Amino acid sequence: MTTTEATALGTHHLPQTIEPRNPGMALDLDWVMQARANRSAIERRAASLPARRSVKKDNQAAWLCRAISCIDLTTLAGDDTAGRVARLCAKARQPVRADLLAALGMEGLTVGAVCVYHDMVEPAVAALQGSGIPVAAVSTGFPAGLSPFHLRVAEIEESVKAGAAEIDIVISRRHVLTGNWQGLYDEMRAFRAACGDAHVKAILATGELGTLQNVARASLICMMAGADFIKTSTGKESVNATLPVSLVMIRAIRDYYDRTGYRVGYKPAGGISKAKDALVYLSLMKEELGDRWLRNDMFRFGASSLLGDIERQLEHQVTGAYSANWRHAMG
Amino acid sequence: MTVSEIYETMDYGKAPESAADALAWLVDQGDRFGQFIDGAFTPPGEVFESRNPATGEVLAHLSQATKADVEAAVAAARKAQPKWEKLGGPGRARYLYALARLMQKHARLFAVLETLDNGKPIRESRDIDIPLAQRHFYYHAGMAQLMEAELPGRAALGVCGQIIPWNFPLLMLAWKVAPALAMGNTVVLKPAEFTSLTAMLFADLCRQAGLPNGVVNIVTGDGAVGEMIVASDVDKIAFTGSTEVGRKIREATAGSGKALTLELGGKSPYIVFDDADLDSAVEGLVDAIWFNQGQVCCAGSRLLVQEGVADAFLTKLKRRMETLRIGDPLDKSIDVGAVVDPVQLERIRGMVAGSNGEVFQAPCPLPEAGCYYPPTLITGLHPADTLMQEEIFGPVLCATTFRTPSEAIDVANNTRYGLAASVWSENINVALDVAPKLVAGVVWVNGTNMFDAAAGFGGVRESGFGREGGWEGLTAYTKSAAKPKALKPIAPFKGDQTEPQPVDRTAKLYIGGKQARPDGGYARDIYGKTGTLLGQAPIGSRKDVRNAVEAAQAAKSWAGSTAHLRAQILYYIAENLAAREGEFAARINQMTGGKTGAKEVDAAVTRLFSYAAWADKFDGQVRAVPSRTVALAMREPCGVIGAFCPDDAPLLGLVSLMAPAIAMGNRVVLVASEPFPLVATDFYQVLDTSDVPGGVVNILTGSHKDLAVPMASHMDIEAVWSFSGADISASIEKAAAGNLKRTWVNNGQARDWFAAEGEGRPFLEAATEVKTVWVPYGA
Repeated sequence: MTTTEATALGTHHLPQTIEPRNPGMALDLDWVMQARANRSAIERRAASLPARRSVKKDNQAAWLCRAISCIDLTTLAGDDTAGRVARLCAKARQPVRADLLAALGMEGLTVGAVCVYHDMVEPAVAALQGSGIPVAAVSTGFPAGLSPFHLRVAEIEESVKAGAAEIDIVISRRHVLTGNWQGLYDEMRAFRAACGDAHVKAILATGELGTLQNVARASLICMMAGADFIKTSTGKESVNATLPVSLVMIRAIRDYYDRTGYRVGYKPAGGISKAKDALVYLSLMKEELGDRWLRNDMFRFGASSLLGDIERQLEHQVTGAYSANWRHAMG
Repeated sequence: MTVSEIYETMDYGKAPESAADALAWLVDQGDRFGQFIDGAFTPPGEVFESRNPATGEVLAHLSQATKADVEAAVAAARKAQPKWEKLGGPGRARYLYALARLMQKHARLFAVLETLDNGKPIRESRDIDIPLAQRHFYYHAGMAQLMEAELPGRAALGVCGQIIPWNFPLLMLAWKVAPALAMGNTVVLKPAEFTSLTAMLFADLCRQAGLPNGVVNIVTGDGAVGEMIVASDVDKIAFTGSTEVGRKIREATAGSGKALTLELGGKSPYIVFDDADLDSAVEGLVDAIWFNQGQVCCAGSRLLVQEGVADAFLTKLKRRMETLRIGDPLDKSIDVGAVVDPVQLERIRGMVAGSNGEVFQAPCPLPEAGCYYPPTLITGLHPADTLMQEEIFGPVLCATTFRTPSEAIDVANNTRYGLAASVWSENINVALDVAPKLVAGVVWVNGTNMFDAAAGFGGVRESGFGREGGWEGLTAYTKSAAKPKALKPIAPFKGDQTEPQPVDRTAKLYIGGKQARPDGGYARDIYGKTGTLLGQAPIGSRKDVRNAVEAAQAAKSWAGSTAHLRAQILYYIAENLAAREGEFAARINQMTGGKTGAKEVDAAVTRLFSYAAWADKFDGQVRAVPSRTVALAMREPCGVIGAFCPDDAPLLGLVSLMAPAIAMGNRVVLVASEPFPLVATDFYQVLDTSDVPGGVVNILTGSHKDLAVPMASHMDIEAVWSFSGADISASIEKAAAGNLKRTWVNNGQARDWFAAEGEGRPFLEAATEVKTVWVPYGA
């Protein structure tokens, strides 16, 4: 497979080779404090978007394949074992039944990454050997982020050492809730430094930030501090990814790109379990940020059950008959 | 394209809504329609084509209604009306509910048919037009149910002629038909000739709902049919359309006694302050000016951006325009569909070609055939540019800048129109200060184009008068249940006896808080019943009207004074009048030759008390709209009201008009009772001693007939009332067409000023405009 083909199929996982990495910038509090987010207007936009765009038939199949290529296939359970993670990694390599991919002309499609806790990094790296699929580790005292700061930094370093190419950090929500913007910036800066060459996704835990305005401010600060991605949620909050929150975050990404020229990626996580939802998210990215953000170096879904629904939809697309769970391999 | 190719391009592809069912319905109807009269379709007559503007295809043939058709429709409505009204509110509610249900059951058919006929994107007809139309029927089913309990003393008007435009065909039908039927009226409706098909489908549903024959009649055709309806034997005309046609209807119905509501054009401002959520404000513009291809009377077509953020905002806006999708309206992923007709397309092209500004057009691909026009932004315009003043009625946004909130208000209000406005700011102080100061019937804070049956919609200035939706919308479809009596004219007494006064007292006009000699320098002798000369009253002329209006406009701050203060001043007037009761009673008796002077003064004092009481109680409401929004129905003063006082009851009549007007914050130019003017000229002394600010009340004397036209045609007066004994109702209504000021005239009918009908809500309603302010909220 050539490099171009690999990129085309979303299996190329060294984004820095095609996109300069966001180096961050000095904290610009004037800009941060000007961030506005009118909740009602944002909710109206979010509510009308799914009705404004509809993707059908072959286009839908292609879009769903694109969604698969953007999935961070995730297991974050207390009972994870090396065996369980190996099973997930096998699914990551072959996310859709081979005959269906062949029928769609999409052979070689894989998910974007596998996302695990630190202790599962090594088994995951081993299981994905040769696939080109990166391993992402949730880190920094995930999900609450309340362990000692030096341990949170050390956790990043350990995961990178273990082979994680992507680190999903959690921010200290209390910095946002108390308006300690400098504290948030410094923390994110330290996390970014600890990541080294690994890409860092900043989890804002938007369900715990109180307002969309806080989401907008935290998004900007994390980008200023060098986040490669900003991500909505750990999946453990009571409210996870929503369209209004996504709109606020990707508009912040757009503003950041306009001012600095650096593209930051976006990862909605938690609660996205239907193929239809995935299509809406993709159209949201396309509308608000443009096609460049429809590739997995700029967009990821944090999801565990989404893939199953997409597989069923793809089988329906190929056969015309509605599908069933048991016809698709478990991950 | 293969799946793997699309995987690369990530195109949306096509997502067409099927037109099959709608086309099949047209075929079932024979593709030809007659008129819907008395519960049945007439055979097609002389037909014209109804085309799909997206493709140019002929969808069906409609019949041009003849005069006989219109007469038959009105006759059917007339015949059906008494029984329909007598059915009672709860009975009518069942039918309205059935219609709402049927519309819901056939929602997709309506939506597809609307899109085929009008060219609007299927998303809009499916998600906005049709659901809102249903909502109007549900809401007014409720109004019918509650009418007897909540609107005591109100009755149906009778037969309503309704003429609607092509931009929201079914929705405008619903706005017109639902309240009319709820209140016990029957209707003759004319849809626009470009877009009559959903009205035909609605007619079919009326049959399915078992609506009694003749309650709804629908006639089709061009403007000539509209003129026939206006001229026909109807009790009311409700029109939505252009200001030009609205003005003609005002002139044509003047003096006919036909009730009239007009919902006309607009050039609505869309104001973006520097502390707004700019991205949301940009998105709002998509819904403001690119909704329905900009063919929306309340479209936010004038963008006013605060200078400091103008560049950033316009950059964001242009980028947003680039992702708009224009094309096949039946495609579910289309934002902007087809303009309704080639004629409209040419008009838009012509207006943009004549622009002085910098024209930016979204570089979106346009279909090769069909009536498409690209979303357009014209920047660098100023209020003096034609495009900032004239309604384009297309997807064209005209932009300018401002520096301060007060400048934003000045620029926003620098227009002949006054339909809607949007204000974007995250600062509640700015938003809630600016919203009431905008001359508009509807203001959206951090939003745009929000509509609901519970919230009144309608304009001020040349955007028309009357409201649709809410309780205020019902006044447009009801009248007092009392039987009208003819007003007997009162001639002034004649005489020749001179009875010198101990010291000659010169009655003057009262303008701007000062006594003023009439500009013309003429006075008229006023005699008592026995021919005794009582004094001279100045003969006011058009110049005095001019001066009085100028003084009244200068007293603007009265509108901003607190209701408590206005009440205090009304009490003060009452107090000072009561103190001079004997003198005023004697003056009244002397002039009228009657004995009711004391009773009249007492009634006038009581009336002043009543409106002092009302001043801080005739307040607004918060409406239950189906979103997280405070929808305020604010009662605002009309502005300057010119009022011709009743000839009978020269003091009580004057007070009965003045007090409600000023209680609500208006300024008035009163023309005193023509035969008995001297009590009015005495009355200004009471005003002088009661802290009434100069210009709030101005009093003229003279010939009602001579002053009627100068008053009604004055461009800086917002409303004219006449309870005069002179036959001036027609000339007032006709002259009022100039700036489309609202009028309230007696049409030669009497009113007992001593009775309940001499005061209360009708006066307060006439003295106010309902402004709907939508304030969506959310932390």
